[in-house]
Amino acid sequence: MSAAGRVPDARWRPAELVFWAAAVAVYFVFPHHLVLASQILITGLFALSLDLILGYAGIVSLGHAAMFGSGAYAAGLLAHHGWGEPVSGLLAGGAAGAALAFATSFVALRGGDLTRLMVTLGIGLMAYEVANQAASITGGVDGLSDVAMGKLLGLFAFDLGGRTAYVYSLAVLFAVFCLSRRIVNSPFGLSLRGIRDRSARMPALGAPVSLRLTAVYTVAGGIAGIAGALLAQTTQFVGLETLGFSRSADLLIMLVLGGAGWLYGGMVGAAAFLVAQDLLSGMNPVYWQFWLGLLLVLAVFFVPGGIVGTLAGAQLRRLEARR
Amino acid sequence: MNVPRIAFAFALAATLIAARGAPAAEPLKIGVIAEFSGPFAGYGKQMHNGIKAFIRQHGDTVAGRKVEIILKDTTGPAPEVAKRLAQDLVTQDKVDFLAGFGLTPNALAVAPLATQAKTPMIVMNAASSVITTRSPYVARLSMTLPQVTAPMAQWAAKNGIRRVYSIVSDYAPGIDAETTFAKTFQAQGGEVVGSVRVPLKNPDFAPFVQRAKDARPQAVFIFVPAGEQGIAFVKAFTERGLREAGIKLIGSGDVVDDDVLEAMGDATLGVITTHHYSAAHDSPENAAFKKAYAEANGTGSRPNFMAVAGYDGMAAIYAVAKKLDGKIDADQAMAALKGLALQSPRGPIHIDPETRDIVQTVYVRKVERTKAGLYNVEFDRFADVKDPGK
Amino acid sequence: MPGSLPGVLFDGVAYGSLLFLISVGLSVTMGLMNFINLAHGAFAMAGGYVCAVAMNRLGIPFVATLPLAFLAGAVAGGILESLLYRRLYRRSPLDQVLFSLGLTLMSVAAATWVFGPGSQPVHLPDFLLGQVRVAGVDLGAYRLFLVAVVSLIALALIASLRMTKAGARIRASVDDAQAAAGLGIDVGRVFALTFTLGSALSALGGALSIDVFGLDPTFPLKYLVYFLLVVVVGGSGSIAGSLLASMVLGVLDVVGKYYVPQIGAFVIYGLMIALLLLSPGGLRRMAR
Repeated sequence: MSAAGRVPDARWRPAELVFWAAAVAVYFVFPHHLVLASQILITGLFALSLDLILGYAGIVSLGHAAMFGSGAYAAGLLAHHGWGEPVSGLLAGGAAGAALAFATSFVALRGGDLTRLMVTLGIGLMAYEVANQAASITGGVDGLSDVAMGKLLGLFAFDLGGRTAYVYSLAVLFAVFCLSRRIVNSPFGLSLRGIRDRSARMPALGAPVSLRLTAVYTVAGGIAGIAGALLAQTTQFVGLETLGFSRSADLLIMLVLGGAGWLYGGMVGAAAFLVAQDLLSGMNPVYWQFWLGLLLVLAVFFVPGGIVGTLAGAQLRRLEARR
Repeated sequence: MNVPRIAFAFALAATLIAARGAPAAEPLKIGVIAEFSGPFAGYGKQMHNGIKAFIRQHGDTVAGRKVEIILKDTTGPAPEVAKRLAQDLVTQDKVDFLAGFGLTPNALAVAPLATQAKTPMIVMNAASSVITTRSPYVARLSMTLPQVTAPMAQWAAKNGIRRVYSIVSDYAPGIDAETTFAKTFQAQGGEVVGSVRVPLKNPDFAPFVQRAKDARPQAVFIFVPAGEQGIAFVKAFTERGLREAGIKLIGSGDVVDDDVLEAMGDATLGVITTHHYSAAHDSPENAAFKKAYAEANGTGSRPNFMAVAGYDGMAAIYAVAKKLDGKIDADQAMAALKGLALQSPRGPIHIDPETRDIVQTVYVRKVERTKAGLYNVEFDRFADVKDPGK
Repeated sequence: MPGSLPGVLFDGVAYGSLLFLISVGLSVTMGLMNFINLAHGAFAMAGGYVCAVAMNRLGIPFVATLPLAFLAGAVAGGILESLLYRRLYRRSPLDQVLFSLGLTLMSVAAATWVFGPGSQPVHLPDFLLGQVRVAGVDLGAYRLFLVAVVSLIALALIASLRMTKAGARIRASVDDAQAAAGLGIDVGRVFALTFTLGSALSALGGALSIDVFGLDPTFPLKYLVYFLLVVVVGGSGSIAGSLLASMVLGVLDVVGKYYVPQIGAFVIYGLMIALLLLSPGGLRRMAR
């Protein structure tokens, strides 16, 4: 087995630097599309959190939007009731997502893949109902509007063109990404991959499985909450569909199309998905749904590692061929 | 100095400048944000059909400017998408008006943007009272739920119905309808013998209808979103034999929406509803509207209340454009909209100058089989109804 | 109120019968091939549309469309199994989820394109409308019909599983596919047969459910949760377990909505989580 690409290596690869440089360049190259771009960044962050539990720990979840939505509502409610400072709202969102994840982890992480799928689906649906019922707090189906944001760092107001929102989202994404990178390349991260690949062996090695799964589930929930808070703050609105099933399902699709287990797959998948959706929905939108379905089916057969997985695989083969 | 040559140069220049003619006027751009795909696709389609009918009837030029309609699809309740689309329309397309809005969350998300960008926003469907309060640049041409529900309670009380069981969908508009109905009905001396809120994603109405039947009311008041839920409910109502037990079905007109009424079939006969527009409304304006609608969209569909709102929204925009002579300034446009009175296909309407919301006649109608098919036939009315929610 | 309990219970049983009919195929598929098929609802939808088209455009009477729906489901299931599903039996659950999700999206989009986004009306024959008085309780005629049909099918299924050779082969393959192959059973053919039958039953259930669930292009996604619930709670691979789970879920859902409507939607999700926690293997264990 070749060393390249198997043992986690904390050095930054050139491709990664290109990726982040491109993200910064978008600010200058596409000044009229920054609103879409910041939504891509936010979705990418959300997908990153799913990658941690799915790609690295092997937990299949169809209800991850519950954490995203709770973060969005936490930040939105803070601003709605007068506290418009962005960064503290962001942290509140993260705390809400993490708290919900921790509380539900006792139920969601039991059993095999199918049970987890069902339970997370059920939790997501219940979260939606709770938010709908609590309409006096959340605004229900009408949504939480009047989310007035103050200036970021006291200096930058959220402008019509979406510039502040973009820089804010990019900064948060990068910070959380670096944190995630540290986690997956640490011994803890290695043990997660061990759990994902061969769950029976890990306890034999002395690694407490459920404790670690709960830990990563909570952290991922916190990151999803931060993503939700970002959305609430940059759009100044929280809708009920932030908790909805289609948000969870679309996220899963984006992550798998991009490639799970590489940390970048979520962001790449989100970018590809949202850009394609924006371009194609101008055409007959029924086609979009059909082609997306077809793409998924083809991807499962021909491109199982997703975009990033396939690129990385090609890269690996090239490196090995050189030896 | 050669005077003749200089004079000739001047004359030539003057002629060339004059020959360029008046500069071509900028098109009047209207950004329509609505649902054109997904489960609410019917909303955007009807609104757009109404807009096309108006343009067919009144031409596509107003105050010297050609009207350009830019359609944007939100695909459903997606407030962040609606906001992004509005942002694009305002900053890139530089629209003069934002219009459409089939769903309340989408309208609420865009309202602050209308203020920030100082662009008038014409709401053509979304029905929550609170929308017009979110920005001074919002005017509504459709209706609010409390506005069409309160008259139902008043009519029921006036016509000998004392005991009503209320069934609504469990979401904000449904709860609005339930509260308004109960409040108005009880104020008139009626009794709401029971009420139930049905989950929004509900496959089966049977247990709820059974509950209503067991409470032995004189009528069941219903509110469900227009479309398939209405079909499912009426089916359950018929199947359980409530009609045979002498229980009437009353509700807001959403449950017998013109768009799906024919498909719902004879199970709907005798259902009494209150609403602001019926395709069967007998007036010259409605006849002209229906004719223009058929010409613009073919005879495959019937105009419903969303189409009429699209039509009247355009009428309002044209009226404002004419008044301001084509120069759309947001504050002046809002001033022109306040108090604007129109003779709509639905009846007389005007925009309340205080709230910028619509004031209109609410009709009491019954579903009957006419020569042209199933229609909501009007038999009573409440004139000049304001939105009681404010 | 208590006087209406028999009526409400019957409603729950009728609801549960529909759930059973549509979900039983999924249960056996998942138990047999360990394949998470989220597209199962699409077969039900296909059966529903065949019934609607046959009735509305071809004028075929309702009861005669039911065998047509069954056949359509069998054909669709058979073709898809041999072309696509067969290649994915060894893949990870995630891949199966994605594949079936993709198929579902394609079916929803296709249905929208062909039939439009609205609901399909279905006009039942007169003898199935209205109510029938049985032992002093008013029961819906159509629901009686449903319960009768599904009971017959359930009996036929259980009987054929226990008494025929094909049934024995299926049971052997569900219990241990490798051992069954070792005994000379053509497991591949068993898979194909079971999938085809499951899809056919689902299509039949879809046609029967139009009057209760309504039919529109989003059907596979709307009711996905219910089908998965039946399978997970009943234990995959067990017909008796599916039947028990469908009845429990149907009755509790309807009874909950009747007596405590405020809780409404929570009942079914809360039930699922509770049942999963109590018995992770599903009700199959309890049924045995």
